[in-house]
Parts: sequence; structure tokens; C-alpha cells
Amino acid sequence: MLAFILQRLIQAVVVMVTVAFIAFLLFQYVGDPVVILLGPDATKEQVNLLRADLGLEQPFFVQFGHFLTNAVQGEFGLSLRQGAKVSRLIAERLPATLELALVAATLALVVGIPMGVYAALRRGTWASQLIMTVSLLGVSLPTFLIGILLILVFAVMLGWFPSFGRGDVVQMGWWSSGLVTVKGWHHIALPAVTLAIFQLTLIMRLVRAEMLEVLRTDYIKFARARGLSNRTIHFGHALKNTLVPVLTITGLQLGGLIAFAIITETVFQWPGMGLLFIQAVTFADIPVMAAYLCLIALIFVVINLVVDLLYFVVDPRLRVDKAGGH
Amino acid sequence: MNSISNFPFQAKPLIVSLALAACLAPGLAEAKPFKWSSASDIPTLDIHSQNNALGNGVHAAIFDSLLYYNSTSFKLEGKLATSWREMSPTQYRFNLRKGVKFSDGSPLTADDVVFSLDRARAKTSNFTVYTQGFSRIAKVDTNTVDIILSGPNPVVLNQLTELRIMSKAWAEKNKSLEPKDIRVKEENFAHRNALGSGAYMVKEWQPDQKLVLVKNPNWWGWSEVPSNVTEIIYTPIKNEATRAAALLSGELDFVLDPSPQDLGRMRNNANLKVIDGIENRTIFLGMDQLRDELPGSSVKGKNPLKDVKVRKALYQAIDIDTIQRVTMRGLSQTTGALVAPQVNGWTKAVDTRFPYSQDASKKLLAEAGYPNGFEVDFACPNNRYINDEEICQAITAMWAKVGIKAKLRTMPLVTYFPMIQRYEASIYMLGWGVPTFDGLYSLQSLVRTVGTGGDGNYNVGRYSNTRMDYIVDRIKTETDLPVRNRLMTEGLQLQNDTVAHIPLHNQVIPWAMKKNIDVVHRPDNRLDWSLIKIN
Repeated sequence: MLAFILQRLIQAVVVMVTVAFIAFLLFQYVGDPVVILLGPDATKEQVNLLRADLGLEQPFFVQFGHFLTNAVQGEFGLSLRQGAKVSRLIAERLPATLELALVAATLALVVGIPMGVYAALRRGTWASQLIMTVSLLGVSLPTFLIGILLILVFAVMLGWFPSFGRGDVVQMGWWSSGLVTVKGWHHIALPAVTLAIFQLTLIMRLVRAEMLEVLRTDYIKFARARGLSNRTIHFGHALKNTLVPVLTITGLQLGGLIAFAIITETVFQWPGMGLLFIQAVTFADIPVMAAYLCLIALIFVVINLVVDLLYFVVDPRLRVDKAGGH
Repeated sequence: MNSISNFPFQAKPLIVSLALAACLAPGLAEAKPFKWSSASDIPTLDIHSQNNALGNGVHAAIFDSLLYYNSTSFKLEGKLATSWREMSPTQYRFNLRKGVKFSDGSPLTADDVVFSLDRARAKTSNFTVYTQGFSRIAKVDTNTVDIILSGPNPVVLNQLTELRIMSKAWAEKNKSLEPKDIRVKEENFAHRNALGSGAYMVKEWQPDQKLVLVKNPNWWGWSEVPSNVTEIIYTPIKNEATRAAALLSGELDFVLDPSPQDLGRMRNNANLKVIDGIENRTIFLGMDQLRDELPGSSVKGKNPLKDVKVRKALYQAIDIDTIQRVTMRGLSQTTGALVAPQVNGWTKAVDTRFPYSQDASKKLLAEAGYPNGFEVDFACPNNRYINDEEICQAITAMWAKVGIKAKLRTMPLVTYFPMIQRYEASIYMLGWGVPTFDGLYSLQSLVRTVGTGGDGNYNVGRYSNTRMDYIVDRIKTETDLPVRNRLMTEGLQLQNDTVAHIPLHNQVIPWAMKKNIDVVHRPDNRLDWSLIKIN
């Protein structure tokens, strides 16, 4: 067990360093922040001086080496655009993104699973046909379009929800929450729905397919033969076995929700990490971009590690094989 | 009032102020917030840290400068300085407005002015472009300050409009004596906090989310302006569709940078209005006139752009009216001059364009020895100016008609500007705004031979003309205004005669807002905070 975790951790470190390296390579092409920092009136001497001071003149590997040494200590330097510590900026933005991702994931699960079950059990009825058709839209429409459509309908035409921002947040220690006020929920509604729609339809279709699969298995037939009620068969036996792959997928998708909230955050001006990243890109704010990419890599690595460990716990065969092999 | 007179004498002031408070209370209850937005946030609250157009505009709400441009006439007017005098060509004396207080109630004195102007000259300041030629700032007495110049400088007053004044005591207390600089690895208190004497003061700033300014009751100018705004709430919204939606849904009062495609809808909306103003920014094309051969060009062994006939041919092949009508949807003012009409030195004569004529253009090319045209590289930004990429595409098509095959490359500003500053472009697009409203600013940067101290710092085509250099150098020190203006006009005319650049148009900036908002559209694309009115 310990060897397994260690092995995974080493792999994780390799992944992180690789991501940092590729990211750094890309940064050579995103442009020169100095031009924006100094404005158009700066003299050539000022530009050269600043470039030298920022270490932008150093060879690639020297810059990368500096970055790695600092990153290991959790130090990503100052944002070029905002002059604030990158770690502080990310800490300020993290709650917004996590809250959005969690609300969206919950929404996707709470709505997606029942709909999937319904579509599987009532196969062929017009309601389930409708659900399936609409779900196709959800899978195929790009996120920004869904976001803009929601804004148009619910903010501009109906005026029910605000079109942007997080509203007023309540500070709890370093965590800022928008989920403790009614206004905060008002603000999170549209972005959370936008972000959830793809996941929701995915989960729904997955649950339906798995459910249909499970309903054909022998133990369901036996259960029917035993004369159990439909309710017990559907929810006690079928659904339970359906959920194993669904939960695995959801776990992995959570990482995706956090990392790819970028578009939703941009459309709704949601002050999370994705928006921070996009703004950093337009400014060629290398420290912020680097830190963000490393953090996202870390989140994925951690989630994967947890999932791997869960397999280890859930699937006895994995344990036996390992123990027997050595 | 009868009841008050029954009270003992000593209690009166208290009662009066209570009564006053009661009178004011209804006014406070109907607090009028002005909610506005544009694409990005201000970079910092430190007034000397980043020379950013949006930031400078917002700083002007929180801090006063000695002088500022009047919002309607755009002439210089006194803010913290009530009068000024040229003691000698190298010494200006400013009398400060009396009784000015910072928003915390502490008095603003000559010490604060000296401190702030010195801070703008610090090594870590990015405002040294506005302190060029300052040799020493000296306090004469509490209400008088002298600026000693290293040589005659005719634009010293214009420079002062961008130099704002902060509290010395506050900076000392908060260890913000020098501007924050990215080279310094520490965050500065003045980056997220501010204490100025301006019309508004900072209540809250969450970068990229919200900047809340509230009325500064101590501001000296409130009695002179009609504003009824009590709070200014700025929320940057990056996505232009969301920004437009927030205005349409009534969540915003004002959008500084509505996108061109939303304008039609906004103009037709009964609750909104759009005000168009001409920005003091001229868009033009520059051409490499130094290298002996242009990479990417079909002409080998020589640089066709060195020939004035070729440059004129490129000029005359551009149908600027079509660009104005179609590409810009009417939102531009075509120009023949390198500066906008508000800038000193501009005259109707220098604004005359060479006429659009494909025949004339072909004839010039033939005379220059390129009857079949040639290939040449053409670079443009795609996120800097209004419709920049589209303009360049239109021009490429127009040039193709006279045989010039321009190989257009467009790129985002963060890669574009370093590229042209490495002198890699053959033909490039540039827009030049003139914060000083003085022609020298353009002539010195754009057509003076590349040198030191700002000479030719954006003369990317490396145009060089001895007569031009002579004119520019004379303007720098000429303090006789009529003579100086004549020289600037001469410089602008010489630029036209030698086709140093191809002027295209001055940008028109539309502002979108609710019908009940009154604002004054300034050519520097800034709001005048004290003139906003909500009806």
C-alpha cells in the first residue's frame, strides 16, 4: 500500500514538472509584458532595464530553474499585472471557483441521476424521449452560447437573475462565501446551471445506459422471480450497481469542472481562477499563468490519486494481485 | 426653529448640527450610485506605479492634480493650483488653492505637492515621462511651490495634468514613500489603498471584481458642479456580450467601451443612449525606410518603401471613405494629419488628404519602377484599436487592386508591439494618442530621427529628415507660443509632403448609458467624475 502511494506520488511529481516545463515553453510565445507595464511612451533604455530586472533576458533554462526552485517553496512571485503576490491572488479566487464547481456538480448529480433513471425505466414514453432529445442539445451546445442564452433570457428579458459577478460575499477566515446569502445564490444560479448542463446531460445519459444494462442482468431477473417490488429492484439493486461507474466519472469530472470553468467564468465575470487566468493571458502575466497551470495539474493529480486509492479499497482483486505478486 | 431657541446657548451648535443631519438624512437615504463597467480593471491605486489610461482616469477621481483639462473646452484649468506664473524660462511658480483637505480631513500643503512630484520622479516610478525636464521641486511657503526646469519646457503645464498629489504624512505612515514597482518583490500599501484630495474616496477595492468610490465630503469643488452621485461602483466585465447584457438589464448605468456590434441595438433601445466622441488618437500606417532590403518582399537588393513615390502610391490606393463607412460603420473621422484636431499644431490645411485614386497610384508605381507592383509584409495588431484587423484586411484588398500584394499578419498586442519595436515590420499600423494635446508629443516620437530621451521612440519605420529634426528640436525649447505652433504645423506638413506615415483616421469612441445619465464625453476617453448626473 505504502509503496503504491509512493510510486503514485513520484509519478505525480513527474507530471507536475512536465506541465510546468511545457507551460514555460509556451510562455516564450505569449508576448512581452514589459510593453504593457511601461506604456507606449517608455524609452528603450527603460524597457531594457526592466527586462533585465525581471530576468526576462536570461536563458530559458535559467528562468525555468528559478521558477522551479521558487515553486517548490510555494512561491510564485508577484503578478506583473496586479503587483500582488500570486499565492494571495489565487487564494482569493479559489473559493469562487470551488463554490461554483461544487454547486454545479451537485446540480448535475441531483438532477442528472433521477432523470437518467426515469429515462431508463420509462423507455419509449414521450417524456423520456423529450429528455433524451434535450440532453443532446446540452451535450452539443458550447458553454459560452448556453451562458449567453441564459443571460439573454433570465437577466435581460425576464430580469430574474443578475447577469454577472458574485454579488456580495461573506468573509469567513480566508474563505469568501457567496452561498450564505440569498443574493449570493441569486448570482450563482446562472453560472452554475451553465457549468452544470454538460455534466448533467453526460451523467443522465450514462445513468440511463448503465441502468438499461443492469436491468438486463441475471440478478435482476432473479430478484423479479423472488417477487420483490419494482421499487426495491430499481432503487435497491439496479441503481446501486449503476452508480459505481457514475461516481468514478463524476469524481474525474469535478477536476474538469474546476479547470474548465474558464469559459463560464469569463461569460459571467465570475471572479474565480479561470477569469484570473484569462486576464493573465491577455496581459502575458507569466507568474499567474504558471501558478494556475501548476495548480490545475495538482488538482488533477490529486483527484486521480484519490480515485486510484479508492479502486484499491473497492476492488479486492487489485489488492490480492499486488500482494500475491511480490 | 422656535424650539431650538429655548435651549441654553451652549447646546445650540449640537442641536443645529443634529437638525442639519436630519435635513441631510433624506438626501442620504436616496443615495445615488453610478454603476459603470469596461473590459478590464485598473492595475493599481498607486498614482505613480503604472501609466495606464484607465487607471489614470480613475485616479483623477480620487486625487487632484495641479492642473487638468476642462471637460468641455479641453483647455488647461487650475485644480489644486489657482494661479501660476513663469518666473523665468526655467522656473514656474504655482499658488495652491487654500483650504484644500485630503479626504481624511488633513490639510493639503506645499509639502504634499513637493513630495508627490518627487515621488513621480523616483526610480521606480512609471510617470517619469511626465516629469521630463523637471530639475527640482521647491517649496516657497505653505501655499506656493516652484518647479525648476533643466531647460525651457513649453509643455510643463500639460505634463502636470497627469501628476496627481497624494498625502505625504499618509505615505510616510504606511511606508509607501516610493511607488510600487514590479522589481520590488514586496507589495506596497499604496497599491491597494489611497488617500487623495479628489472628489471621491476609495471605500473598497477587490481587484477584478469591484471598486467602490464614495463622495468625499471634504472636496473643495462640490459647490461648483451639478453632480448628484454619491457612490461610484466600477465592476470590470471582460466579456463584451455580458457587459452589454448588464447594461440592457439595468444592472449597469454606463459602459465605457461597448462593442461595435452591440451599438445598433443600444441606440434603438428606448432606455439607453449612446454618445459618440472623437478620441484624441490618430490611427496611421508606418513604413520601414531604413533597411536596404525588406524580408518577405519580392523586391531584392533594395527597399521600395524608401521611395516617396511608392509611399504616396500606397497612400492614394486607400479608399478611406469606404473604410470609414463600411469597416468603421461611420465611427471614425478620416484625417490627413498625424494628429487630431484638438492637438496644438493641427490646421485644416495639414488635415488635407492626398485624394484616393487607383490611377494616380498605379502611375506613381510605374514611375518608381514597379509597374506590376510588388510583394511586401504588412503587420497589424488585432486587439488594440477599434476594428484594427478589419481595417488592415480592407487595406490589403485595396492595395491588391494596384498590384501591391501585402502579406498581412495580425497578432495580439502583447506580441505585436515588441515585434515592431525590434524593427521587424515592413508596413505596420500604429495609433497615437496625445495626452499633452501638443503636437510635439507626436512629432518627437514618430518622425524625429531615432535618438535618446524619447526622440523617435515610436519612429518604427526609422524615417529620418534633417529638416524635420531641426524643427522638432526647436519646438522642444521654443516658448513663444505662436512661433511654436507654426513650427509644429510646419512639421506636420513636412510629414505629409514626405509621406513619412499614411494617416487613416481619428477614432470615435462611443459611450453607452441609460437615458437618465448625463455625462460629458472627453476626448481622452475619461469620465469627468464631478460632472456625472443621474436624473
